[in-house]
Amino acid sequence: MAVRNAEPVGSLQEVKEAGLDREDLLGIYRNLLITRGIEERGHILYKQGKIPGSFYTGRGNEASAVGVATAMGPNDVGTPLQRDLGVHVARGLEPWRILAQYMGRADGPTRGRDGNIHLADARLGLHAMVSHLPAMLPVAVGMALAFRIREERRVAVAWCGEGAAARGDAHEGMNLAGVRRLPVVFVIDNNQWAYSTPTYLEYAVEHLADRAAAYGFDGVVVDGTDVLAVYREAKRAIEKAREGGGPTLIESVTLRMEGHAVHDDAFYVPKELFEEWARRDPIERFRGWLRDVAQMTDEEEDEVTNGVKRLLNESIERAEASPLPDPSTLLDGVFAAQEELDTPHHK
Amino acid sequence: MAEKTYLQAISDGLRQEMRRDARICVMGEDVGLYGGAFKVTNGFQEEFGAWRVLDMPLSETAIVAGATGAALMGLRPVAEMQFADFVSCAWDHLVTVAAKQHYRAGTPIPIVLRLPSGGGFSGGPFHSQNPESSFAHIPGLKVVCPATPADAKGLLVSAIEDANPVLFFEHKHLYRRIKGDVPDERYTIPFGQARVHRAGDDITLVTWGAMVYTADEAAGRLAEDGVSVEVLDLRTLIPWDRERVLDSVRRCSKVLVLHEDTRTGGFGAEIAATIAEESFEHLDAPVRRLAAPDSPVPFSPVLEKAFIPQVDDVVAALRELAAY
Repeated sequence: MAVRNAEPVGSLQEVKEAGLDREDLLGIYRNLLITRGIEERGHILYKQGKIPGSFYTGRGNEASAVGVATAMGPNDVGTPLQRDLGVHVARGLEPWRILAQYMGRADGPTRGRDGNIHLADARLGLHAMVSHLPAMLPVAVGMALAFRIREERRVAVAWCGEGAAARGDAHEGMNLAGVRRLPVVFVIDNNQWAYSTPTYLEYAVEHLADRAAAYGFDGVVVDGTDVLAVYREAKRAIEKAREGGGPTLIESVTLRMEGHAVHDDAFYVPKELFEEWARRDPIERFRGWLRDVAQMTDEEEDEVTNGVKRLLNESIERAEASPLPDPSTLLDGVFAAQEELDTPHHK
Repeated sequence: MAEKTYLQAISDGLRQEMRRDARICVMGEDVGLYGGAFKVTNGFQEEFGAWRVLDMPLSETAIVAGATGAALMGLRPVAEMQFADFVSCAWDHLVTVAAKQHYRAGTPIPIVLRLPSGGGFSGGPFHSQNPESSFAHIPGLKVVCPATPADAKGLLVSAIEDANPVLFFEHKHLYRRIKGDVPDERYTIPFGQARVHRAGDDITLVTWGAMVYTADEAAGRLAEDGVSVEVLDLRTLIPWDRERVLDSVRRCSKVLVLHEDTRTGGFGAEIAATIAEESFEHLDAPVRRLAAPDSPVPFSPVLEKAFIPQVDDVVAALRELAAY
């Protein structure tokens, strides 16, 4: 059960074998651009004072998020975190609702109750993160437990950062998942910095995926800037879990290309490191592959990029038109009502 | 109708619910093969199988988080902390995730957390606490503290039906000591309805859990003095029956609030403050509180007896109020 280093994906043939056709590939590219576009536009809105509180981005992690989400089945579930906007995008959360959430509007998924990327649409199989990372990881294990109890062929995906991997929640969740061989895939987004803390102050193993052996399942390290490699590894792990093969721990290595949040200029990250990882930008990398290997045409590329631009422009307009929540609803929803049980997200 | 112990009422009530609803699963430490540290789930694994009565690793976080995730997927987990004291290890998952998820994300978390609580048998600092007020302070959680076998069953059924996280405090000192008639059929007891344990006109005594019996014994002594004490058993703290309490206070004009939890920030403070705000003009004496002192729960029987409010302490407080 030694940790495995995933090979990069090269040829079109390999990609086909992994289950992706041309439309899927262009869809992945589109989701990558939407993800980055929402965060770039969000950053501008933040500077314009239109987004209260703070603002977090996942620049550099787009391929990791989109790659895993693309590998999930329609009835699978997950608990993505603050660098994983691409998961929400790939599962179909409309960008205008994400922007409405950033702006604290009534149409955001949390209706102004929570902010920034603390969002999810349960109907899409995703459940909103909390700040106490990685608290949603053992919750996802509980979802997998429900699937196992009911003998459903569904998988839960639990995200965690390399920083939060130090917390007991990660240990308790992974241990339980290993003991019960639950259908859950753990994705550690290793972006090398927990706020200002570098990895050598966070853990003492070579790879975080090494820890999988301690819980009795497989670990794999993948280059998180290679969307196709991430997809292939996530697909393998998810289908293995679906077939009763138990959990897998995927460590997806990237660099957090911006500060912890917009207030943080990340002065503590060496400039050379940023330069090195900027050359491996996940979106540029995939675009290059699409052009060189998949022969993406100018027309195809224009259609995707123009479509994304239009979508984002419309989304901002629609989000800004969304009303602010009515203060008289402040106490609505502190407690759930009986009739809210057994809604579609339970199924 | 049969006479049952408080423990048997909980056990039978839970078994009855599991027989009628396949979504209910039990998870906790030693709840399966061993039948639970207090044997509440004795025989459950044989009847319902190892995937509905789950022996969990020693991981309170994973137990509560696991219950939360399973509830999000449509199950109705009834999780057990082996002792209520250990809920501190799962605090984050109740307070950070379960309590806030519906308000934020709109997804109900229908979980019940069974919490064997309370002292009186030298459990020491880590097996005797009554941490109900900590959770009563957290919006989004419900807090239940049954005192009688019949209430324990009916409130447990309501807790399982409820769409929210419910903390169900079972007082360990009542488990085998207290017996009462419990209907055989399924029934619920709504949250937020106090029970008049003993009717009276002179002093209102508000309490819950094991202190109901301490209060009742003390009220019996006051009756010998010719003072009539009304003992109100709150049954649930969140929500709590403000109207019933305030009605009784307005009638009796004197009130003692009693609890086994420590004094400062205990739930009695909330009750006393509410009475002062809402019924000040009706009071003929200052609102009195009687609670454990602000210390950890001590081990040695003589220290523990000094810590937990005793009948004599309640009698003394009631007599002071009567004489005021």
